[in-house]
Amino acid sequence: MSEPLIRLENVTKSYPGTEAPAVGNLTLDVYAGEVLVLVGPSGCGKSTTLRLINRLIEPTGGRIFLKGEDVTDIDSSQLRRKIGYVIQQVGLFPHRTIAENIATVPKLLGWDKATTTARVDEMLELVSMDPAVYRDRYPKELSGGQAQRVGVARALAADPDVLLMDEPFGAIDPITRDRLQNEFLRLQQDLKKTIVFVTHDIDEAIKMGNRIAILREGSEIAQIDTPEVILSDPADEFVENFLGSGAILKGLTLKKVRDIDLHDIPALEMPVMRDEALRVLEASPEKTAVLLDKDHKPLRWISEASLNRTTQPIEKSGKPITIDLQPEDTLQDALGVMLQSSVGMAVVVDRSGKYLGCCSIESLASLIISDGGGTPSS
Amino acid sequence: MTMVSPPRTERSTLAERLDLIVAPIFAVILAVIGGAVWLYSDIDDTTMAILAPEKIQNQMIQTLVLGFSSSALVILIAIPIGIAVTRKGLPRLKGFLVDTLGLAQALPAYGLIVLFFSWFGAGIGTVIIALATFSLLPVLRNTIVGLEQVDHAVIEAGRGMGYTRRQVLFQIELPLAVPVIIAGIRTAIVINIGMAALAFLIGGGGLGETINSGLKLDRNPAILIGAVLVAILALVFDFLSAVAQRYLKPKGM
Repeated sequence: MSEPLIRLENVTKSYPGTEAPAVGNLTLDVYAGEVLVLVGPSGCGKSTTLRLINRLIEPTGGRIFLKGEDVTDIDSSQLRRKIGYVIQQVGLFPHRTIAENIATVPKLLGWDKATTTARVDEMLELVSMDPAVYRDRYPKELSGGQAQRVGVARALAADPDVLLMDEPFGAIDPITRDRLQNEFLRLQQDLKKTIVFVTHDIDEAIKMGNRIAILREGSEIAQIDTPEVILSDPADEFVENFLGSGAILKGLTLKKVRDIDLHDIPALEMPVMRDEALRVLEASPEKTAVLLDKDHKPLRWISEASLNRTTQPIEKSGKPITIDLQPEDTLQDALGVMLQSSVGMAVVVDRSGKYLGCCSIESLASLIISDGGGTPSS
Repeated sequence: MTMVSPPRTERSTLAERLDLIVAPIFAVILAVIGGAVWLYSDIDDTTMAILAPEKIQNQMIQTLVLGFSSSALVILIAIPIGIAVTRKGLPRLKGFLVDTLGLAQALPAYGLIVLFFSWFGAGIGTVIIALATFSLLPVLRNTIVGLEQVDHAVIEAGRGMGYTRRQVLFQIELPLAVPVIIAGIRTAIVINIGMAALAFLIGGGGLGETINSGLKLDRNPAILIGAVLVAILALVFDFLSAVAQRYLKPKGM
């Protein structure tokens, strides 16, 4: 790999009066454009490590390099203006409007007013908040999720190459957290920032990280690698215990629905004659078909048995399809949908909702068995 | 969790409204009492002499000067000390100062004024120093509390964004501590205006002279009117501070 963007070299932080250092002799490289997740049990020093990078905590030993430049001794406030920083409690300035909050670093860097204003609106749009609505509001008027969106916008406002995130979604309810994670991943695809992300949640680490560093006490790296390798080949017992049971299930979040072969379930497009439907169902190995509307959107599961049982019109037989999958969804989502579905299968549709095929538990199982939780999807 | 912020604003406006109403109501009641005393009691020449308008005017001005200069002195001393002891490295001094000044407040104001008289002699300067000592604690304590109650995450975020320590203090901590600090200043002003009535003891002038003359010459209406005037002055300044508190509070809080 190329020259690392951030390099910690034998960095140590010890506090007077304590024997064991909080961070002991840590060497860590972070490469441009990657999301490196630091994960470990509480008290392992992962947050301390993060704060050593922007020198909110001054190291007691070792060197810190940013883009090859030794930044261990430069003015720390100047350094931090070049590094985005997001924390769990967000820490928006309550006496300033959302716009003023986002403009914090541009203002410190002396940007002119017009550029700053334009940038603030751009940032609000980036995090899917309407500038006209939110620009002049105060932080107390925001929900937890919105506040953290603003927190991210504020961190990105001066376009830093590096973003440090300390459990950014840790204090947000699970549903909003999931949405923010997904949005953040999509943002990152465009922004390609170099991100160091701290969490104690291994699932979040697997989801967010290009690489994961699992830390044990004293910020000692137990294993650093891609999520796939860590899941399939944990370095030692500590890592194994930290991953917990069901590493294969966790691996499901790494793969997408498009990675599995779609099951060929015949589709019946409305309007359809009963005889024709029966003929198709007979030919189908599962004796099941998907009923589509005239726009190719899935409506119902139709089975031979259900069609034979009633004389009702075909669009009222079988079971309704209430939830579908898209190729970008993870296999974990897919598993959930399949288990909920009445036929043990889930329909896959494209972005516009058109039917693509079905995936079944068998195809999921065969994928897991074939590579033991292995190769990455993207 | 679409946690809509609690409707804190409504509750605080109610509290604020009460805050702005109570002092004027009491001031009006006192004014009515004072007026009734003036109209319906036996006012002889001696009483008239004690309550001569130019005398009262002078004494009111003296009271205001005493109240304001001692309050200004308190602000100039207590806020910087409050800031200093909340910085890193001076936490022990903080406890010591709060305890010592608590002691000063536990002393009777009367005793404190006389004590300072024995050190600095008579005069308005001594009164100002005595009053300032007496009312230092509320401002100091509120400065410390105000700065310490600032959400640590906000400070951490400010540092993380690249604010220097000085910028964090002036742009984040102090603005956020303003409501609490002003509440302390308000207490100090009211204490100082009220206590300025004791200034006459050591030749500091003020409305205390009217009360004292009334006592010495056994003129009850003069005592009452003097006391009512002191109370009204204190209430008026409590009201003005409440207004200031309301408008100096940072937006968004």
